[in-house]
Amino acid sequence: MVYYYRCYNVIDNNRGTYVKKINYKHLKRSLWAYHMNTGSCNACDIEILATLMPRYDAERFGIKLVGSPRHADVLLVTGTVTEKIKDKILQVYQQVPKPKLVMIIGSCGATKGVFHESYAMAGPLDTLLPVDVYVPGCPPRPEAIIYGVAKAWEKLEEL
Amino acid sequence: MIMILAIALIMTIVGLILGLLLKGIDRKIAAYFQSRIGPPLLQPVYDIIKLMYKQTIIPVTAVRWLFSSAPVIALASSALLLLYITIPYIFYIFEINTTLQGDLIVVLYCILIPSIAMVTGAFSSGSPYAAIGAQREMVILMSIELPIAVVIISVAWHAADSMADPFAISSLFEYPLWHNAGAFGVLGGILLFFAMVLVLPAEMSRVPFDQAEAETELAEGISVEYSGKLLAFILLTDAFKALALSMLVVILFFPYTLSQLFGISFQMYGHTLTPFVEIVFLLFKIIVIYSFGITFIRVVMARLKISQVARFFLFAITAISIIGLILIMLDPNMRII
Repeated sequence: MVYYYRCYNVIDNNRGTYVKKINYKHLKRSLWAYHMNTGSCNACDIEILATLMPRYDAERFGIKLVGSPRHADVLLVTGTVTEKIKDKILQVYQQVPKPKLVMIIGSCGATKGVFHESYAMAGPLDTLLPVDVYVPGCPPRPEAIIYGVAKAWEKLEEL
Repeated sequence: MIMILAIALIMTIVGLILGLLLKGIDRKIAAYFQSRIGPPLLQPVYDIIKLMYKQTIIPVTAVRWLFSSAPVIALASSALLLLYITIPYIFYIFEINTTLQGDLIVVLYCILIPSIAMVTGAFSSGSPYAAIGAQREMVILMSIELPIAVVIISVAWHAADSMADPFAISSLFEYPLWHNAGAFGVLGGILLFFAMVLVLPAEMSRVPFDQAEAETELAEGISVEYSGKLLAFILLTDAFKALALSMLVVILFFPYTLSQLFGISFQMYGHTLTPFVEIVFLLFKIIVIYSFGITFIRVVMARLKISQVARFFLFAITAISIIGLILIMLDPNMRII
């Protein structure tokens, strides 16, 4: 794992600092999401896929799932964060180019949910990363996920 | 000289917008087949604008100059490919007499350069996913090289039979493949068209031949480490290639203009509008070729295995194109000498 960490350590284009003013406005029309499962029971993952299916059709708003964190604008995190996956989610967060958003899908990521007594949990995600949108529910319905995206847009407008 | 430079500049910008629109139409048609509404037509443009504003990350393991120059080379060479194919046809439509003829052999090489630049960039990124994707891209490139060469050589063979300059692009419009063709020639032309349309998605790396960019197994494959502006360049390369390759199919097989087909000409207040209507007709042909060759196949099929792809192109498609070449050679009507 040491090799993996060194291999994917990132440097910015502007000599280590990101000086350009972050412009979130352009994210509104095309949000590319990278989906990361941090110990979820798979229910939230299936609901994310249901959001992209023809009935709700999130591609209307330019939302699409990408396979690489380097292409992503928004990080969809499902599940409570286990100790094993803590390093990986931090690395993936570093790999996403700025400007970036983090969305928690499901109650587990926000509060540890039913696993709150477990010794294997590294805690709610917002103790590790800056989280922008919480979508509670076990699992949240696709309508709730779309509402979360709309909330993210409102947040982008305020910035 | 200055006129050609100006035309090249205008056509690069117009080609950029049209290529992105072509990708938008492709996504809209795919959405229609899946009974979705689909993204707006300008969605690829929004994506490009967004990527231009994003941070560009270069991994520490990458060979920095190679990693960042590969998408630029790919973009430049795909723009060159588009101009090289399109400018002789535009001159032909506007009936401008010029010595600019174009060369099919150069087109054959220009098709390769964007893919090879992408493969180089992927290998230099230092990511194992990108390395696997690059190897797969090389396999696909090697297996589709022979069918494309055979198609172009048989079209040139036919042009040479009609006493034209065989490898000039301009002789393709003056003596199209179906010109003066007998039964053998028509059959051979249909086989060649079939081979070329199946090569199209492999060249564009779309489903079922998108093993190099398989996002579910390789995490976007050859473009896995690219972000921001460099990723935008890759998407623009894709748009140029989409326009240029469907344009190539149109020129090789259906170069007929409206005035050739029906003898129509369009006039308004004494000015002739025919060239502009011909350009609209050309865009219509490009959209038809692209949607039949790429969108329909992409919607109905799943991704093949890389060994299946290599076998398919090396044996089946190569055999089909060589049979087409032999049929065109045998056609007695085309023999003038």
